Amino acid sequence: MDNSFSFTKPLLETPFHERTYEACYNNDWYRWAGYKIAREYSNTELEYTAMRNTAGVLDITPMHKYDIKGADAIRFVDKLVTRNVTEIKSGQVMYIIWCNEDGNVIDDGTVFCFDSNHLRIFCAERNLNWFSDTAIGFDVEVEDVSDTIAALAFQGPLSCKILNLLNVKNIENLKPFYFDDFDLNGCKVTISRTGFSGDLGYEIWCKNEDAISVWDSLFKFNRDYKVLPAGMNALEMVRVEAGFIQPNADFMSAEQALRPNRMRNPFELGMGWLVDLNKNYFTGKKNLVDLKKKTLTKKLVGLDIQGDKPAIGSVLYDKNKKEIGIVTAGMWSPSLKSNIAFGYVDKDHMKIGSKVFAEIYHPEELEYKKIWAECSVVKKQFFNPPRRHKVPAEI
Amino acid sequence: MPKTKYDVAIVGGGHNGLTTACYLAKAGLKVAVIERHSYVGGAAVSRELHPGWTYSNCSYVCSLLRPEIFRDLELSKYGLQIIPYEGSASMLDDGRFYAHYSDHDLNYRSIAQFSKKDAEAYERFGKDVMRQCKIIKPLLKMTPPDPTSFRPKDIMGLLEFAKYFAAKDELGGLGEKEIYDTIRFWTMSVRDYLEEYFESDVVKAHLAGSAIIGTALGPYSPGSAYVLLHHYMGEVDGTVGAWGYSRGGMGSITKAMAASLKANGGDIIAGSPVTKILIKNNRSHGVVLENGDEIFADKLVSNLDVKRTFLKVVEKKELPDDFYNAVKNFKIRGSSGKLNIALDDLPIWKSIPEGDPAGTGDLHITQSIEEMEGAYDDWKDGRWSKFPYVDMCIPSINDPTMAPQGKHYMSVFVQYVPYNLTDGGWTEEKRLEFGKHVMSRIGSYSENFNDIINHAEIRTPKELEKEVGLTEGNIFQGELTMDQLMFNRPIPGYAQYKTPIKNLYMCGSSTHPGGGVMGAPGANAAREILIDLKKQFNSHYI
Repeated sequence: MDNSFSFTKPLLETPFHERTYEACYNNDWYRWAGYKIAREYSNTELEYTAMRNTAGVLDITPMHKYDIKGADAIRFVDKLVTRNVTEIKSGQVMYIIWCNEDGNVIDDGTVFCFDSNHLRIFCAERNLNWFSDTAIGFDVEVEDVSDTIAALAFQGPLSCKILNLLNVKNIENLKPFYFDDFDLNGCKVTISRTGFSGDLGYEIWCKNEDAISVWDSLFKFNRDYKVLPAGMNALEMVRVEAGFIQPNADFMSAEQALRPNRMRNPFELGMGWLVDLNKNYFTGKKNLVDLKKKTLTKKLVGLDIQGDKPAIGSVLYDKNKKEIGIVTAGMWSPSLKSNIAFGYVDKDHMKIGSKVFAEIYHPEELEYKKIWAECSVVKKQFFNPPRRHKVPAEI
Repeated sequence: MPKTKYDVAIVGGGHNGLTTACYLAKAGLKVAVIERHSYVGGAAVSRELHPGWTYSNCSYVCSLLRPEIFRDLELSKYGLQIIPYEGSASMLDDGRFYAHYSDHDLNYRSIAQFSKKDAEAYERFGKDVMRQCKIIKPLLKMTPPDPTSFRPKDIMGLLEFAKYFAAKDELGGLGEKEIYDTIRFWTMSVRDYLEEYFESDVVKAHLAGSAIIGTALGPYSPGSAYVLLHHYMGEVDGTVGAWGYSRGGMGSITKAMAASLKANGGDIIAGSPVTKILIKNNRSHGVVLENGDEIFADKLVSNLDVKRTFLKVVEKKELPDDFYNAVKNFKIRGSSGKLNIALDDLPIWKSIPEGDPAGTGDLHITQSIEEMEGAYDDWKDGRWSKFPYVDMCIPSINDPTMAPQGKHYMSVFVQYVPYNLTDGGWTEEKRLEFGKHVMSRIGSYSENFNDIINHAEIRTPKELEKEVGLTEGNIFQGELTMDQLMFNRPIPGYAQYKTPIKNLYMCGSSTHPGGGVMGAPGANAAREILIDLKKQFNSHYI
């Protein structure tokens, strides 16, 4: 891994690159925050299945990581995000979103509390400037530590079992949305019970120099329990099943949208539960108070679609063929044996059980089959097995 | 000369004059372009001034040329090809260089070497500028509506304008915030604008360059931010803000236009300087050439800048006094110089490694906005800048037709150079001294530059004026400041390509939307003429 600047190497390599490069037969790389991440290692279906059957390993090093240090660390994050974080405890993780002054969502992420003077935010987009600007007036330092921490997501029903076999002490008692320091294969790592898969799973944070050792350990019991490295395509499948939305895929980040009318507020995204209008002033509060009183004109919902042809990029209509929205993500779910999607619908079709129609263009041997499919509006969280929440976790 | 009477004669064969002519000829009119030189092109020319080398000796890169015009005039069929180039760089005194790359991730890392915050801010800057470009793009194609008029056409036009400024997101237009931003952007200084995004001097200086090129404004001058936008609103194949080379030099653009014109039955009357526009009863009906010949046409269009048109070829007695005075007061100050250099080898830069794509695009010598403002101070004092802002490129790296194998052509644009030197005016010695000064500046950033110079053409604003006919050598045919833009360009009340003289129109860069090898003024003027003739304007441009 040589990440020094050179025009011949535009993309960075993660500390796992030596291994991911070997595993990625397809040599099919996705650009994530300037890093090379495998889109597909060998076979997306198998990688997906590993995450639902045994466990999959995802290189999530490119996640942006910002250290928030100082006496006002908690107060700062509370001003930044829509949720009340003042009660956060050491070892706890919270899912957070943050908005601009207009109340439009910039990004989502997680905040880890090491202690009341040290928090760390993980997120998909770059936010150094936004955080630094918000930090003015608080006794905090915001530092981008993205490049100093290597990270893997280890997701799937056997993830705890395998960590236990690797002698990660007491891992089964780690509660969802908590983290702690552990010893893994002789390396000091931080493990959180978090992830994108909507299943039992962990995220493992380690020093760059320990990366290879950590990676190798997760495959140690492969003769008994087949663990696979999983690429971005497989991740996309599990995150849609889990109901997790993604900036610049399901909504445009308010910091990046070129067209002002493409920005979305938390209520439109079905994230109203993350907005605490009773807490102290936070960025966007004034407008969110007003928005809360207004009727929503559009909302991102889950869709259960007739047939088995994914509704990727489909336009949504009402029964009178009036255009009412668009699909942002769609897939055939192997776990649910259902045709699922996220889509925006208008105010008359937001209720669970509402019927809308998707116009699906399905390519079939150089011709498009045009399908008019009825869709039921459902909760976005399609997949949510009990094992995900169980404490102690299954070992 | 055949005693033909034309439907329309265009005075001046620059890219706008040719564009107007092409559209009119395509509409079935009998059209002639009357050009002073033996070749057409105005400031978009390719000239072999040194054997074996082709110089784009005025304009040198292409981005603004509207693709609709390219398509309408079938310029590809007539040989025009635009080659996008990658990257740009500023060379620094400390031996480093700051570069932009077309690869998004490489670009981020490049900026992050100077400031991580600026690398992130560049995304936001890019988005905000892009938003402004999207607002301005449809305006380029519009004839500016007259805000004082109640004619249906003007009212419709103003509504169209308002559409883009209306606080209604549904229209794809702007929110309140964006309207504030637009008004600020169009009026503020580029220094203040960049200050809102960036912390690094180097980043700011690199970006500010676009705001001073061709402009008699400094980076601290209000209105300079708009000039940056003017340079960003072009595109190469949908990549907004991208620049490219015209294969075979900038003259390929006008050569293709001339061929398109001829194919549509238009005439080019070259080597024929126009000395006077014939006017009778406040109507123009022809021109007088230097040799005394007369050419008659129902309508005349001037591609010359507004000053040259109304102070040189139209007699004062034909003009209303207030109009004449407004023309006299039109700001068209020369501020740029140009060197065209034939090189025996590729320059080796002290900072940029060989093969780095940053070295194949536009290269600058600039350290900070303060240095650029200092360069502007020199201009105000009537001297060429001691530390000029230099915008160099080596088209022959990407374009195999510009120089013999292994040799190179370098275009060097220099900001600032005054039209009048306080110290006794321009002389041949001063011109050469100016050239030497610029070359020694470039030489100090290169290992071999001084040893590989084979030939150099040195042009001050005087040469630009003399050869191209641009008053004071102003490359935009008039400053791009708010008081001279949109419905104020070139003269309030005369922004719709018409003049106080009946049947006399304007189509040059003095008119909306202004300078650059864009073609929009020429196409807009053609549309107005065709409307007056109750003829169809067939174009992808609408």
